[in-house]
Amino acid sequence: MIEPIKPPPRKNPLLRTRLPASPPRPRSRISHGFTRAAAEGRFMLQCCAACGSFAYPAREACPSCLSAGLAFVDAPRRGTLLAETTARVPSDVYFRERAPWRIGLVKMDCGPTIVTHLHADCAEGAAVRMSLQLDKSGQAVAFAHPEGETPNMADDKQWREMTADPKFRRVLVTNGRSVIGQEVVAALKAAGAKTVFVGVAEPWRPFAGEKLLRGQDGIEIVTLDAADEKSAADLAADIGGKVDILVNTTEYVRPGGLLDRRGTSTARDEIDQAYLGFINLAQAFGPAMRMRGADGISNSAAWVNILSIYALANWPAFGAYSASQAACLSLSHCLRAELRPGGVRVMNLFTGPVDTEWFQTVPPPKVAPRAIAQAIVSGLRGGLEEMYVGDVAEEIRQRLAANPKALERELDR
Amino acid sequence: MQSNNLLELASAISSGAVRVVDLTFTLSPDFPVIVLPPEFGQAAPVRIQEISRYDGRGPAWYWNNVTFGEHTGTHFDAPIHWFTGKNLPNNAVDTMPAKDMIAPACVIDCSAQAAQDPDFLLTVPLVEAWEAKHGRIPERNWVLLRTDWSKKGWRDYANLGDDGAHTPGPNPAVMKWLVEERGVIGFGTETIGTDAGQAGHFEPPYPAHHFLHGAGRYGLQCLCNLDQLPATGAIIVASPLKIQNGSGSPLRVIALVSSI
Repeated sequence: MIEPIKPPPRKNPLLRTRLPASPPRPRSRISHGFTRAAAEGRFMLQCCAACGSFAYPAREACPSCLSAGLAFVDAPRRGTLLAETTARVPSDVYFRERAPWRIGLVKMDCGPTIVTHLHADCAEGAAVRMSLQLDKSGQAVAFAHPEGETPNMADDKQWREMTADPKFRRVLVTNGRSVIGQEVVAALKAAGAKTVFVGVAEPWRPFAGEKLLRGQDGIEIVTLDAADEKSAADLAADIGGKVDILVNTTEYVRPGGLLDRRGTSTARDEIDQAYLGFINLAQAFGPAMRMRGADGISNSAAWVNILSIYALANWPAFGAYSASQAACLSLSHCLRAELRPGGVRVMNLFTGPVDTEWFQTVPPPKVAPRAIAQAIVSGLRGGLEEMYVGDVAEEIRQRLAANPKALERELDR
Repeated sequence: MQSNNLLELASAISSGAVRVVDLTFTLSPDFPVIVLPPEFGQAAPVRIQEISRYDGRGPAWYWNNVTFGEHTGTHFDAPIHWFTGKNLPNNAVDTMPAKDMIAPACVIDCSAQAAQDPDFLLTVPLVEAWEAKHGRIPERNWVLLRTDWSKKGWRDYANLGDDGAHTPGPNPAVMKWLVEERGVIGFGTETIGTDAGQAGHFEPPYPAHHFLHGAGRYGLQCLCNLDQLPATGAIIVASPLKIQNGSGSPLRVIALVSSI
């Protein structure tokens, strides 16, 4: 039975903020098959192409038949908790600070036995549902959940190390002028965020939905023009130490590629807003977030980017925009590495065309802004790193994996 | 003017007998810029990026890189800015005569009317009434429209509604008349633009731009402190940056005012 977490009290200013420690990082190259699965919230194990048996831990050859054809495939999640133990005084700093810590052995229905972290409601001998999670080092670990729902199960201490649940956290949504931004604000509030700071650039310009934002408890409108270095720095000076989750909702979509545009002003705006805005936000808010990774219940936990799926493959109709998104994707990997010591996860959410004004003439299917907002909340709760929202994003990704050249030719229409 | 008169001016400035009034807003990223429909090209906002500040990037010195559009902050419009002035000689900020950068000003106080009506328009009869009190507007004078708009908060200053901006300005007839009948050197306002907020709906659209620049005259906008100027007698110094073929530029506008 999990005690529900309580809203954290105000910090005691006489106490030092504890610095984040990290669980062990080293992994074999082949085990990063688990990392890929965990990043997307999939449960994958190696399965032998020759004899069909599942293997764990990751290996170079099948332990049953020595075949080298061991590919990671989606695997059934069900198993039985054979044994559990509680580490009370671990030698590793990360676990020592979080002790007692429960681990167990789970016999999977599909064969292998897995060493796993345990949700508090998992009982010896009972059925469990397995997932792969990214720990505070960003590495994949196995996690056993009770088979059904239990009260307050998301508040489990060990589970919270794997996730970035918005509950009781303070979130900065960087652009509240857009429909996406406003949907994200509403979804985060509904998910129990304590405070949502909503960035509004050029507050002298009115915008749709402004009244609704201003009227709500727990929502604070702040002046933020992410593309302006000083504006980002000024806001961070005020609230930098209170941002537990940052959702970068910068949105600057313009059609056109190279030859049918004149000059570079629009491209410059795209780079200013998306790429330099990202840098300004990272430089302003990143250091404090990295430092506050172990700061109690409302520690800093996640940074979210909303990226176009065309960051992965250029769509010439929105060619320059695609390029700006590709730049942001690359930067997100840099940010992920730099936030890693703080245990702050960087989640990238890829979408196809969104049902907003700048994709007006693009035929459906288009992603509803609300679907993006809901995906962000579920991704934070599940501790994901990559999400593909909507049919177009999922399809582009699969076609890219299948044949990048075919995708390039087909996007050129 | 003899050189000794110039020295007298310098000592009058130094002694305070001639006041120097700064008519310029601070050039900052917060200041509203002209809003065009998003599908048009946009004025780059003002950005100030530190190069170094006595730190590892430059231990003994502080300096910035700045970027901005030609029409941001308190700024100057040259004739080449508008299609009506595109073929005139010396119509850009780098080629305009330097002597045009210093000229007297007539200040028409419409702050009471503008406080009542954000869409207030200056008309010929209003200027004629002003002339009845202060005398005929001399040739090659600036006409500055005082509305006290510069004293508003930024949102009220831009005053954008669903149907565009609502800010005071001149009507078409008065602009044509000031240019043709009074030979003004230029027209200046406190608002974003020499034209009224709704001037896109006038005939011709944007009459201040249309008539001023078509006749080789200039515009000044986003001015402040016009309330510190006398109705007549102030000298305006407005020298834009010498941008190659520039259509305008942010600038420091000052006025010399006799205190006696």
